[in-house]
Amino acid sequence: MSPASRGFHRRRQDPAENAGRVPPGQYLTKDFPVLSAGPTPHTVLDQWTFSIGRRGQQKTWSWAEFRALPTQDVTVDIHCVTKWSKLDTAWQGVSVDTLLDLAGHDGPYAMAHCDGGYTTNVPVADLTGGKAWVAYAYAGQPLAPEHGGPARLLVPHLYFWKSAKWVRSLELRDTNDPGFWENYGYHIYGDPWREQRYAGD
Amino acid sequence: MEAVDGNAIGGLLHEVFGTEMTDAASVCGSCGAARPVAELAVYLRAPGTVVRCRSCDSVLMVFVTIHDRTCVDLLGLAVLG
Amino acid sequence: MAGTALRRRLTWQVAKVSAVIVETSSVRTLTLDVPDWPGHQAGQHLDIRLTDEDGYVAERSYSIASAPGEPLAITVERLDDGEVSPYLTDELRTGDDLELRGPIGGYFVWEPENGGPLLLLAGGSGIVPLRSILRHRERTGSTVPVRLLYSSRTLNDVIYRAEFDQPASGVEVIYTLTRSQPPDWSGYARRADAALLAEVAWPATAMPLAYVCGPTSFVEAVSQALVQSGYPPERVKTERFGATGGT
Repeated sequence: MSPASRGFHRRRQDPAENAGRVPPGQYLTKDFPVLSAGPTPHTVLDQWTFSIGRRGQQKTWSWAEFRALPTQDVTVDIHCVTKWSKLDTAWQGVSVDTLLDLAGHDGPYAMAHCDGGYTTNVPVADLTGGKAWVAYAYAGQPLAPEHGGPARLLVPHLYFWKSAKWVRSLELRDTNDPGFWENYGYHIYGDPWREQRYAGD
Repeated sequence: MEAVDGNAIGGLLHEVFGTEMTDAASVCGSCGAARPVAELAVYLRAPGTVVRCRSCDSVLMVFVTIHDRTCVDLLGLAVLG
Repeated sequence: MAGTALRRRLTWQVAKVSAVIVETSSVRTLTLDVPDWPGHQAGQHLDIRLTDEDGYVAERSYSIASAPGEPLAITVERLDDGEVSPYLTDELRTGDDLELRGPIGGYFVWEPENGGPLLLLAGGSGIVPLRSILRHRERTGSTVPVRLLYSSRTLNDVIYRAEFDQPASGVEVIYTLTRSQPPDWSGYARRADAALLAEVAWPATAMPLAYVCGPTSFVEAVSQALVQSGYPPERVKTERFGATGGT
């Protein structure tokens, strides 16, 4: 390790009141950093669709149909693998449980596909039981494009690279194939409480 | 987050390739666009560094550094250097 | 010496801060003492690495402000939400260590034999590598004509103002102040656009060499306008600092 730079510290941890809510190795942030692997897509809403199911058998909703589905307001903590955590983030979206019930499918694993080509894999067991949403609003406002709007996947119990921005489909599969970052050595599952940042952690 | 360009990863490229690379030629494997590496679109500070073609947005290079080891994927390039 | 600088292995080394110069309210120039500094070319940059007591590492790049042959210096703008820049501008003191590697960059460089006429276009802290180019031009006695268009929020944000108010022979400096202007200001007062460039830039027929540096949006707008006005793309060199100039 290089010698420490005198007087340099990363952003401070908040005091102990939040200690139980911050996974190991994370620091709290008040802002909402924008991290992206590519340009922000700008999909026109009347061309936007969301699909769920096995390839070739997916159920698809248009934006109008999607917004007519039952929605939930949720407040969750989120944890990025680049070490920032943000508490009490407020989202509005459709539960993945609702989408799967309507699609009438199951499968052990899902691959999220997004505008711009990003992918990430999540076990279906981690998308059900009230643990995941397709979210279209943040902090009471329509989700901004740089944060994943019109809609992103929200899976707050896993590292936030799994909460895929600009999501367009959840493809159900029998195998846990790695998505974009998982292919390059990020952890296949990504539990922040076990600090599963990289493969082998 | 706006992209920067290949100048911003000059040090990373030098470390990975052992030589100065920002003025090296690149050709996109998808659309054939030719540019110096310095002019490619670079997305920093994601879980890794992603370098894209400025014409068609295809991914040209991905750098991921995990536990002091850097993994480099150049599959999107037709030509480098 | 320039060729050696490019081919040399790039390793991290520890420099000492030998001076901290206040340029503006948010900008500092740090003069650095680097053992075995191999020299550099005008336009190149350094990577800086900070390590905290827990081993957390932050790395950023900063353009070299000094000309080849001058004491090595970088200029840093403090970004309010930055992680690294406030440390460099507000905390670092003469005598402190700073870990760096460099020089880096073979594309955004200028040597007198590259010729001109030169069109230098700076957005905010994008002025730093262009200032190195200007000082190198003067130190080598080059007579290549230069026009510098420097876009800044206000006159108080102009870095190296004393140098640019008394430019070297053959150098013309044009400011555009985009946020606010002094009461008696008769210069440009808007973001650089095609019309402004048409008035300021060398005509394409002069076969100029352009260097554009600053935030991504500035570089995109200016470089596209130059190419549309007839500059060959390979004669327009660009360096983008990102939306907030690199934190």
